[in-house]
Amino acid sequence: MVATEYYVALSAVLFGLGAVGFITRRSAILMFLSVELMLNAANLAMIAYARQWTTAGGSQALQGQGAVFIILAVAAAEVAVGLGILVAIFRNRASTDVDLLSEVRA
Amino acid sequence: MSDSVTNLVQLAALAPLLALVGSIINGLFGRSLKEPLPGIIASTVVGAAFVLALVAFFAYPADALGVRVHLGSFLSAGDLSLDLGFMIDQLSLVMTLIITGIGFLIHVYSIGYMHGDAGYSRFFAQLNLFVAAMLVLVLADSFPLMFIGWEGVGVCSYLLISFWYTQKENADAGRKAFIVNRVGDVGFLLAMFLTFKVFGSLDIQTVTAAAPAIMFGSVALTGIGLLYLVAAAGKSAQVPLQVWLPDAMAGPTPVSALIHAATMVTAGVYLIARIGPIYAQAPGAAATVAWVGVLTALIAAFCAFAQTDIKRILAYSTISQVGFMIAAVGAGAYWVGIFHLLTHAFFKALLFLSSGSVIHAMGGEQDVRRMGGIGARMKITGTAALIGTLAIAGVPFLSGFFSKDAILGHELSSNLLAGRGSEVLFALLLITAIATAFYMFRWYYLVFAGEPRHERAVAEKIHETPSVMSVPLVVLAIGSVLVGYLGLPAVIGRNIIEEWLEPVIGSAPFTHLSSSSEWLLIIASIAAVAIGLGAGYWVYVVNKGKLAERLGSGALGTLSRNGLGFDAVNRALLTKPAESVADGLSVLDREVLDRAVVASAAPVDLLGKLATAWQSGQVRMYAMAMLAGAVVLAVLVAALEVLS
Repeated sequence: MVATEYYVALSAVLFGLGAVGFITRRSAILMFLSVELMLNAANLAMIAYARQWTTAGGSQALQGQGAVFIILAVAAAEVAVGLGILVAIFRNRASTDVDLLSEVRA
Repeated sequence: MSDSVTNLVQLAALAPLLALVGSIINGLFGRSLKEPLPGIIASTVVGAAFVLALVAFFAYPADALGVRVHLGSFLSAGDLSLDLGFMIDQLSLVMTLIITGIGFLIHVYSIGYMHGDAGYSRFFAQLNLFVAAMLVLVLADSFPLMFIGWEGVGVCSYLLISFWYTQKENADAGRKAFIVNRVGDVGFLLAMFLTFKVFGSLDIQTVTAAAPAIMFGSVALTGIGLLYLVAAAGKSAQVPLQVWLPDAMAGPTPVSALIHAATMVTAGVYLIARIGPIYAQAPGAAATVAWVGVLTALIAAFCAFAQTDIKRILAYSTISQVGFMIAAVGAGAYWVGIFHLLTHAFFKALLFLSSGSVIHAMGGEQDVRRMGGIGARMKITGTAALIGTLAIAGVPFLSGFFSKDAILGHELSSNLLAGRGSEVLFALLLITAIATAFYMFRWYYLVFAGEPRHERAVAEKIHETPSVMSVPLVVLAIGSVLVGYLGLPAVIGRNIIEEWLEPVIGSAPFTHLSSSSEWLLIIASIAAVAIGLGAGYWVYVVNKGKLAERLGSGALGTLSRNGLGFDAVNRALLTKPAESVADGLSVLDREVLDRAVVASAAPVDLLGKLATAWQSGQVRMYAMAMLAGAVVLAVLVAALEVLS
């Protein structure tokens, strides 16, 4: 069985990639992809810990898996709304560059 | 008094309600009514009020002591319980008849005078409201209700003086009248406080009935008397509060006739006559009243000499004539004051309305120097004005003669004034009577007689007014001749008005004048008129006004034109210091308070600037900040873990 540490390390790497991607990318679509990457990195960490708890016979084993399902559902909803907004923005400006969306700053 | 009689008399209490209804109709719906209709409604309600007053008057038994109409309870606190009610007695009936009767004629006149004015219905709404307030004032059975009417007429006066409010002078004149009247109102309020302190009641009948039991000449009564004098001086334009009345001529002429000649300005006379028993017990206060009245009469007569505005001459004349009335009530001759009030209401309303007709015919011209010879083109108006002029001058057989003669006689024979300068007062009033005849001759001659001094084009347009305006003049002219016969001197005939008013207001004690001195008095007043009119004839007809021109351009003329400088004195003594204080405070406000407040905002401003710097609108910046924050938190937690 692969040790939990490897999963957690992979999760950290994925999260870092997502975070860097979110900060450096200017296209809103790619920023969404980065957000998904970070969410799934978190999911990976959670099911890895859940598996470790199950092996150890802990009673909270299912909580980690449940949280993952909730995150998946929320992420799906967020993408649906976010993409809708993105489409609307794109129709108005023919671009999804977020750096250009700063008219309301003080 | 039987029930049916009481019921008839109580009808008079509906008069103010009628006027109020007329005011509400015109005020709310007047705009959608076609032109003569608001005027007809307003005139009808006042006419109906007059009929009710007449019914009450004829039903009223001459020896009765008043009928009360209870309206409701106003407030009760501690010892003070206040019922609102009307008191219908001989005095209030006379006043009600004057207000509704003269008021009706002036309303009818206004239908023609205000023709085509943009504020036609507003005018009648306010005029009706005035009549309602004035009736409340005279019918009130307690001081607080009287005060409500007192303030009501003040408001209506303000509204109607600044009726054409788009011109700043008119609005200023209204404000001036209102502010000067506040001084008098403060006097009224303080007088009420002191009355309650001394008598424990604010019911007028209770107070006047209790007054004789209080020590003669006591300080409390004198104080009350002086405070009510302040109130009367404000409303009745007596020295030194007379300054508002000449400016009040900014209002439409019917307003000047109704409010600033016939009714409202005489409220002070009514007030003092109503509470006569207080003054009868306080000779100091009574003498002060008489002196104020006489000085006012003299000063205002002097000011009338050099005025050039057709209405301002009459305004000063009104101040002077009200001074006569105040002098009469100060002497304790309450019925005489009311008698002159009655005759004056007729001839002064007549004079104002005829000057209104002239202004109307000349298309707004008010300067007597550009008039002259109008009597030939406006026969009815000219004749009516002549009758009014002769009546106010005091020509024998006209009303003004009888009332002025009664004032002079009572000034001399009053026991209240004995030893307090009654001879001087008499002499000053006699001089004023001469002056009255003189300036009224000048007024009439400059406007109606002599050669026209206006342009031919204007002259050709001058024509007699429509009958809706000339008929009220005729009625008032007839009244100006006849009402004097209600109060004949004892040596000539029966004095109806004294007999009528006797049961309610009585009078202070007088030394009885022998018939020979009464005749002397009559001769003296005839001589005064003759001298005044003769001087006027000499100056303006024989001398062709050359002397008047020379005097008028000198220092005396300027003094007279400026109303003896009262405005300048008020400005220097009251307005300027108040303005200086206000200027000083505004510097404090601007330089200290404002700066402190503005300075206290500076740190907030700085914080805001710092905060806005973060709000760049760059999503990736925000994400970076979030990440950095999360990292810092994680490091902190880890460090705590390691340390523990």
